[in-house]
Amino acid sequence: MGPNLFVNYGEAVAAILFCIGFTNLLLQTNLIKKIIGLNIMDSAIYLFLAEKGYIAGRAAPIVTNGVTSAEAYINPIPSGLVLTGIVVSVSVSALMLSLTIRLYVRYHTLNLDEIAAQLKKEGK
Amino acid sequence: MDFICNFPFFSILLSLFSGTICSILPGKAAKIVNRVVIITVGILSGILLVYLLDSGESFVYWMGHFPAPWGNEIRAGVLEAGMALFFCIIMYLSMAGGAHKLFDEVEESKHNLYYILINLLLSSLLALVYTNDMFTAYVFVEINTISACGLIMIRQVGRTIEAAVRYMIMSLLGSGLLLFGLCIMYDLTGHLLMSNIKESVSLLIQNGEYQIPLIVSIALMCVGLCIKSALFPFHAWLPDAYGYSTVSSAAILSSLVSKGYIFLLIKIIYRVIGFDIFNSTRIIDVLFVFGLMGMIFGSLSAIKEGDIRRMIAFSSVAQIGYIYMGFGMGTQAGMVASVFHILSHAATKSLLFIAAIGLTEVSGGSRKFIDLTGAGYRNKWAGVAFTAGSLSMVGVPLFSGFISKLLFAQAAVQVEGKMLAALIVLGISTVLNAIYFMKTVIRIYTAAGDTPYPCITFKDMKVHAVVLILFVILNVLLGVSSQPIVNMIEQGLAMFA
Repeated sequence: MGPNLFVNYGEAVAAILFCIGFTNLLLQTNLIKKIIGLNIMDSAIYLFLAEKGYIAGRAAPIVTNGVTSAEAYINPIPSGLVLTGIVVSVSVSALMLSLTIRLYVRYHTLNLDEIAAQLKKEGK
Repeated sequence: MDFICNFPFFSILLSLFSGTICSILPGKAAKIVNRVVIITVGILSGILLVYLLDSGESFVYWMGHFPAPWGNEIRAGVLEAGMALFFCIIMYLSMAGGAHKLFDEVEESKHNLYYILINLLLSSLLALVYTNDMFTAYVFVEINTISACGLIMIRQVGRTIEAAVRYMIMSLLGSGLLLFGLCIMYDLTGHLLMSNIKESVSLLIQNGEYQIPLIVSIALMCVGLCIKSALFPFHAWLPDAYGYSTVSSAAILSSLVSKGYIFLLIKIIYRVIGFDIFNSTRIIDVLFVFGLMGMIFGSLSAIKEGDIRRMIAFSSVAQIGYIYMGFGMGTQAGMVASVFHILSHAATKSLLFIAAIGLTEVSGGSRKFIDLTGAGYRNKWAGVAFTAGSLSMVGVPLFSGFISKLLFAQAAVQVEGKMLAALIVLGISTVLNAIYFMKTVIRIYTAAGDTPYPCITFKDMKVHAVVLILFVILNVLLGVSSQPIVNMIEQGLAMFA
């Protein structure tokens, strides 16, 4: 495992970033920080995919100078997955932000615990 | 290839596009479109089910006619078609049962938005059921999450927005884990189609390569889907989300949305990893333990609850625990019991939510137990239906809940080492179920003396009453004629392999 870790340092960094984002999304009480955590978590996965798709010394899979051999290009599927993933995470972030705005307008705080306390006081 | 093989694709596309169309229609027209779509998809799934039962084998449908490792695929077997049909029935009944409350709960200008969300939810559920591609599954998991979140927050009060935020946070954690697990799996096998991944996984196991990443990937996907379907320690978002949203949303969320994720997990177990390989990992023991804990702690929380809707929501936690306990047994019989419980719980929980709304209506809109005293006399149909649902949940013969408990017990007896734990917890959980459901039933049939609340007769609630009757019939049908359904489930699971 030891030597592999250094060869695949990009993946290791992605895994660590994923953990950082995950803990932030789970444990922060501030909603904006939670959303930042969400974005770190998603980006870490895209970094992981990009690392996996990249093959050293090869070019992006766009044919410009007539080279059609597959040997010349990197694996395009992870890039495609990253694009799809980005679309999903953008829409999810937008939804979370809009919910945050709704809550802020109503309760004048971004702290989820305080919002829960105020809701309890309302008693509905 | 027969024309019928297009039906899964048609149903997904139909519900997806009708969602878009609903955005430009007024509320009433959107409602009609929504109902027509659900019925059409139900009929298509029914025809497909008959066709598949007849032909006896599943089929794979190429999207865009690209062959296996490159193209995207849809796959349909008996279990998929049956699930789609069942989802449509439950969804239609839940929508019809909650329709009269929608005007109190949601502003009229937003009704068409509600139907967009329902249509999107249906299409994502269908895609989860039919897809043969892991990444497509992930994308539709997210669509499912977003539309479910919309269903929670469409009733704009502080509680529901907070519940929606909590739901989103937990769901996003779950889908993050699912995506990461999926990426590792892609990394290991080089494939995204379920059947191709399975071949590579069995090769990896044979050669003894990459064991740890493989287990990590399986574990990440399992935990992700467990969080999304509210298995015990991850259930904190559930009572608020089910308790305060509109009644149709609560019924659909509890009986369909979480089941969609569980069905995806079943597909992953059978079609991606392979049933035997999955069972040889320690993950099933973890699922088993958390399932058992969910069965007890969910029921304990439900007993403490003073609000009828939240009580029913907590009961869902216990029922999800049952399903995961079935996975944890690691046998075919346990799996069959789990799949049957998915059906049984979906039919019962939506019945309980729809009946509870009938009871709270005749108690001045209050959901506290003290105000519900005698509600069963004021709204006789809802009272009877709630009692039937409660009996089914407790596991009284004639109703579907009894059969699923029986199947779980039979499956438990065959598993050495897990039998005692499963049977004891099954017993305790049944007693706990009986405590809180019978407490409610006794409460609604206690004479209240003078109450300011009016009585409701059949004339005032025709649609609601008919829906309740249909739900009870569905429940009894699942309970009485369980054998053909169990056979169908077994056949469907055999087709998965």
